[in-house]
Parts: sequence; structure tokens; C-alpha cells
Amino acid sequence: MSETAVAVEHHADHAHDHHGSEGFLSKYVFSTDHKMIAMQYLFTGMGMAVIGGFMAYVFRMQLAFPGISVPGFGQVSPGEYNALVTNHGSIMIFWVAMPVLIAAFGNYCIPLMIGADDMVFPRINRLSYQIFLLSAVILLLSLFVQGGGFGGAWTAYPPLSAVGDYNQTSLGASMWLVAVALEFVAFLLGGINFITTLMNSRAPGMKAYDIPLVCWMIVIASILFMLSVGPLIAGAVMLLFDQTIGTGFYDPARGGDPILWQHLFWFFGHPEVYVVLLPAIGITIDIIATFARKKVFGYKMMLYTTVATGVLSFFVWAHHQFLAGIDPRMANVFTVTTLLISIPIAELCFVIIATLYGGSIRLTTPMLWALAFMAEFLIGGVTGIFLGASGADIYFHDTYFVLAHFHYTFYPIAIIGTFAAFTYWFPKMFGKMMNDTLGKIHFWGTIIPFNVIFIPLFVLGMGGQHRRIYNYEHFPELAGEGMYQLRELATYALLVMLAFQLVFFYNCIASWMRGKKAGKNPWESNTLEWTTESPPPHGNWPEGLPNVYRGPYEYAHPDREQDYWPQNEPA
Amino acid sequence: MAFPKPQATLRSATGIPTGRLAVWWLLASEVVIFGGVLGSYLMHRLGHPEWADAAIHTNTWIGATNTFVLLTSSFTAVLAHQAAERGDGKTAAKFLLFTIGGAFTFLGIKSYEWWYEISHGYTITSNGFWAFYYTAAGLHALHVIAGAIIMGIVAFDAWRNLELQRVELIGIYWHFVDVVWIFLFPLLYIAK
Repeated sequence: MSETAVAVEHHADHAHDHHGSEGFLSKYVFSTDHKMIAMQYLFTGMGMAVIGGFMAYVFRMQLAFPGISVPGFGQVSPGEYNALVTNHGSIMIFWVAMPVLIAAFGNYCIPLMIGADDMVFPRINRLSYQIFLLSAVILLLSLFVQGGGFGGAWTAYPPLSAVGDYNQTSLGASMWLVAVALEFVAFLLGGINFITTLMNSRAPGMKAYDIPLVCWMIVIASILFMLSVGPLIAGAVMLLFDQTIGTGFYDPARGGDPILWQHLFWFFGHPEVYVVLLPAIGITIDIIATFARKKVFGYKMMLYTTVATGVLSFFVWAHHQFLAGIDPRMANVFTVTTLLISIPIAELCFVIIATLYGGSIRLTTPMLWALAFMAEFLIGGVTGIFLGASGADIYFHDTYFVLAHFHYTFYPIAIIGTFAAFTYWFPKMFGKMMNDTLGKIHFWGTIIPFNVIFIPLFVLGMGGQHRRIYNYEHFPELAGEGMYQLRELATYALLVMLAFQLVFFYNCIASWMRGKKAGKNPWESNTLEWTTESPPPHGNWPEGLPNVYRGPYEYAHPDREQDYWPQNEPA
Repeated sequence: MAFPKPQATLRSATGIPTGRLAVWWLLASEVVIFGGVLGSYLMHRLGHPEWADAAIHTNTWIGATNTFVLLTSSFTAVLAHQAAERGDGKTAAKFLLFTIGGAFTFLGIKSYEWWYEISHGYTITSNGFWAFYYTAAGLHALHVIAGAIIMGIVAFDAWRNLELQRVELIGIYWHFVDVVWIFLFPLLYIAK
């Protein structure tokens, strides 16, 4: 081991010199440092979240007050409405949830938590971000080309997405498709990096079960992504050919089949839910263990359950197609698999609750977010059972019930999970503590309006309100006073929630400028990222990479005075 | 360009070199991409017996020749790997050049074949069979081109005895490109 130690020290010196002489471009733009790439992903993702949030604001205003001139946008035409909802969905999943949860926190946490100085392929890591940025630029440009942005929903079902005469946005549709495909390429590159780094670059002494769960979760998510996205990449090439050179892959008149796209899309689309869910669960469990001051209940069970979830997630996709004319016998099979997958997810919830039980809980801001994640995601999961059952789905299909359901899953994942992670690792990332009072104001100002937005949408959905309708005044049975009151309630709640995000941005900037110094380990946590300086320098541990002696969750050990036991502390 | 490798790249907790591990994961992602194309093609082909009327026009002899060319180029890739294991970078680079030659022969034959078919009116928009024919083989040809370019870079380094482990890695990738063709050949050419 002495050889390695010498090499490490040598490298650390080298990295330090290198760091000092770096110019602005090589330090912030073309950096290969995993932490800087994480920041790039984080800020790009947050910028895209602001854009996606603005879109939600515009179409919610149109839904509550049809025909109104929306402040900051103007009147919404039907075509613009379609482009807004389509790109809101695409952005929030592909350009917010994926880059922030997987790419940003994966990049930041994996090397730091396993005691490595960087990713195994730093330049591929940089390339991954650059391709991702390119994809984001193409997507945003597609909103301003002739005909406007693509408006065929984020699922892009043909023939609507394939035929320019139908969707009226032939250029926008192709650009949207290219952007999505490039985004996939970026995450394949990033994913291979994550998986290989976790497998090969662990600190000496770190066994498989000493890896913090969040790293496991991000890597399992990367594997799921890698194994599910291939058919959709192939399908996207086929759709692009249908759009641009006139093949008929999805055209029944020429021997094609539009349902093929639905299979290829959802074979990816459903594992994708777990691709973003797993990192959020991993973040939650790490935060909960830290602030409950208690060992995670059933580390291995959590891990096996996650693998089971991942495997099952490949066999549930057709529950999105119960009404697409598939064989009813097949619908029965997919009902069973869909209901089965709630078992491992329920297990994950029980593990988290059991971890909380008997802990000495510290209600910090990140802990509040982590607890809220569990509570809100549970509502999303339970409402999913209605949709997974093919009988009930015939009524609920494509209503606002579905919409409210998946917002109750994706919002906790992409927004609540992100805030949990961001507030938890902010001291490490920027070296300063966030203001806890402002953090809690922001927390309640986000969580309460979130529920007030989406609970009315459940009610509207049960009342038969169909998705993707531009103006409900044309549907007498959906244009009643009561329905409009619910729509307005949801829109007002959205405005309140968006306003409270200003508190968050103020808190970030104010804490970064003049917050309290964080020190190495402000949360008294065990995992390795808390054993180096905040923020860590290039190379992560200037005095040499750490060795590992125990698991990540040794809190409140009976033989010790301190209630935590860092992984790198020799026994 | 010299790039200081981080300590992370040099570690190997699994005992498998990091580069080889990454190539296998890359191939895993490629398998599902080609699996998507070929799975879709197979399902359609089973549902459309009349596609056999289109498939009759593919040239099995040209396909067989290309199979032979690719397999031979894989053989030289193995010889390159052997030479690299011995630490003989120059020989490895020479064998890699043979493999690149195989790639170009393959592409040349394919260009002729496509030119012939297109000039006889069998284009990608003709019907479902030809759409899959050009898409699947085109996706494969892109992999051949990418492999040839990367092999050129690897050979350039190997000539100077640098990064010899990469000879093995590009070889693994090249065998994969080969295996994909082994699936494409019977599905597109032999199944009439």
C-alpha cells in the first residue's frame, strides 16, 4: 500500500500546482474536475428548471383563465400551448431530473464518497457535459424555429410526431428528437463513467457493503438507464427517418406500426421513472441516517430491494398502453407486474421508517426535505396502484388523475429530492452554511402549495377532465363553475410556490456570500466527503486519499463517546 | 496530448482493468441499441410475409464476401492484441492497419452494393423491408467507420509503444462490430 500512498501524494502535489496555474477557461469551462462538472450540470439543470417552471406558469394561467394575456408571455395560441406542455415535460425529466439528480450529484458524490480523486475517465466526463449542453441548446432553439416548438407531447407518439402535416412543426419536431437523442448519448457516457468508477476506484478497505447507499443507487440507476435506453435510441433514429426522409416505420399504410414506438418508448420510459427515483431515494436514506443519528435499518435489504425494483421495472411498460389496443390478456400480465413492483418500493419506505424509529432526530432543513420526499412520494405511489390496474385505468387514462399521480412521483423526486441534496451538500460545495430559518420558510412555502396544486387536479381528473386540452370552455361538462374554481386554486397555488423560490435563490446567494463557515463536517456525518476541506480542492484530499475501515452508517455506536464514527478513522 | 491520469483511473478494486470494464459496459449499451432495431425488424418481418418479395433482391454473395472480410479483419485484430501483449507496439500497429484495411474494404463493397440497389430503385423509402435494411446496415456501417477512426488513433500511439492496453480494447469493440454483422447477415440476406 505504501507505493499507492507515495503515488497519491505525488499526484496531489501535482494537482495542486496544476490548479494554481489554471486559467478561467480551463478551471470553469473545460475543467475535467468532477466537482466542477457537477456544478456545470447543477447550474444548467437549475436554469432549465426555471424555464420549465415558467412554461408551467404560462399554461396554468391559460387553463385557469382561458384567453387571458399572460403577464410575461402574452396570449397563448393552441399551438403554443401544445409546445409549452410538451417541452415542460421533456425539460423537467430530461434536462432537470436527469442532469441534477444523476449527473450533478453523481459526479459530485461518487468520487468523494468512495475516496477517489476523480472519475476514472475525466475527459469523457467533460465530453458528457458538453454533449448535454449542446442538447439543451438545440432544445431551446427548437422553440423559436419556423412553426414553433414541438407540440406532440413528451411521449411523441406517431403518427402525430412523425408527419409534419399533422403536427405543423416539422422542424421543431426533428430538433426536439435530436436534442433528446443527444441527451441520451451524454448520459450513456456519464453512466459508463459512474459504473466503472464505483466498481474500480474505491478507497483501499472499502468493501461493496461499505459504499454509501446513494452511490449504489446512482450507479444502479445508470445501469437501468443504459439497458433501457438502447431500443429508444434505435426508435428515435427510425422516427427521425420517418420525419425527414419519408420512411414508413410507424405508418400502417406502408407496413409500419405506430404501436411499435409506444413499446420502444415505454420500454425505456418506465425504467426511466426508477432511473430518477433511485438517486432521490439514495439521497433521502443518507440524509435520514445522518439526522436520525442511527444506522440504516437493513442496508443489504435496501440494496437487494433496489435491484429487484430495477429488474421488475423492465416488465411493466405496457401499463401505459392499456388503451392502445393491446391484447387484453397481455394487459392482465402487465397489471400483475405493475402491482408487484409496489412491493419493493413499499419495502424501501419501511426501511426508511424503521431507520427513523428510535433515532435522535435533528429537524434540519435537509432532513425536512428528506421526510417530505417520503410523505409525498407515498401519495404518488398509492395513486399509481389505481392506474396500474387495467380496469380502473380505462376510466383514468389520460385524465388529470394520471397527471396528478405522476407529478406526485416526479415532483418529490426531481424537486424535493434535489432540494434535500442541495441543502445537505451545500456546505461541502461552497464551504458555507445555509441559513436554516430561510431554508425552513422556503420548505413550507414549497410543500404546502405543491399539495394545493395537485390535490385539486386529482379531483378534476376523477371528474373526467382530459389532459392536453387547450381551453375547457368548449366542453360544457368540463366548464362548470366548480371545475373552474379548482383550476384557479391550482394556478394560484402555483404562483405562491414560484414566489417562494425567490427565498431559495436569495438564501443561496446570501449564504454563499456571507454565510457561516462550514468547516469539514458540519452535520457530523460519517461518509468520506466530510473528511476533506469544504469545498474540496482539485484532487479532493490534498494530504493523500483516505483508507476505509467501516461502513458508512456507524452512528451512535455504544462503545464511543462521539455519536458518529467517520469511515476513514482507524479503529 | 499528455493528460495526467487521476489516481482513480489507476485503481482496480475488481481486478479488471478500468478500460476493459468500460468497454464491456459500452458494448452492453450497444447490444440494446442493436437489439431494439433487430427486435423491431423481426417482429415486423414475422407479421409481413410479403417482405420476402423485397428480400429476394438482396445480394447474398456480396453479403457473404463482406462477412468474410470482417471476420478476417477481426483475425488481424487478435494478432495485434497478441503483439501488444508481448509489448511489440510496432507489430501491433501494423496488424491494426490490416484491420483498418478490412474496414475500408467492407465499406467499399457496401457502397457498391448500395449504389447498385439504389440505382435499381430499391431505396430506403421503397417499403418496410428496405427501410429496415438500410437503417440496420447503416447503423452498423457507422460503427465500422467509428471503429476504423479510433483504430487509427490507437495504432498511431501503439507505433510509439504508448497506451498498448488500448489495442485490446479496440479489438473487443471490433469483435462486437463483427458479431452484429453475424446477426445482420442471415436476417437481411439469407432469410429470403
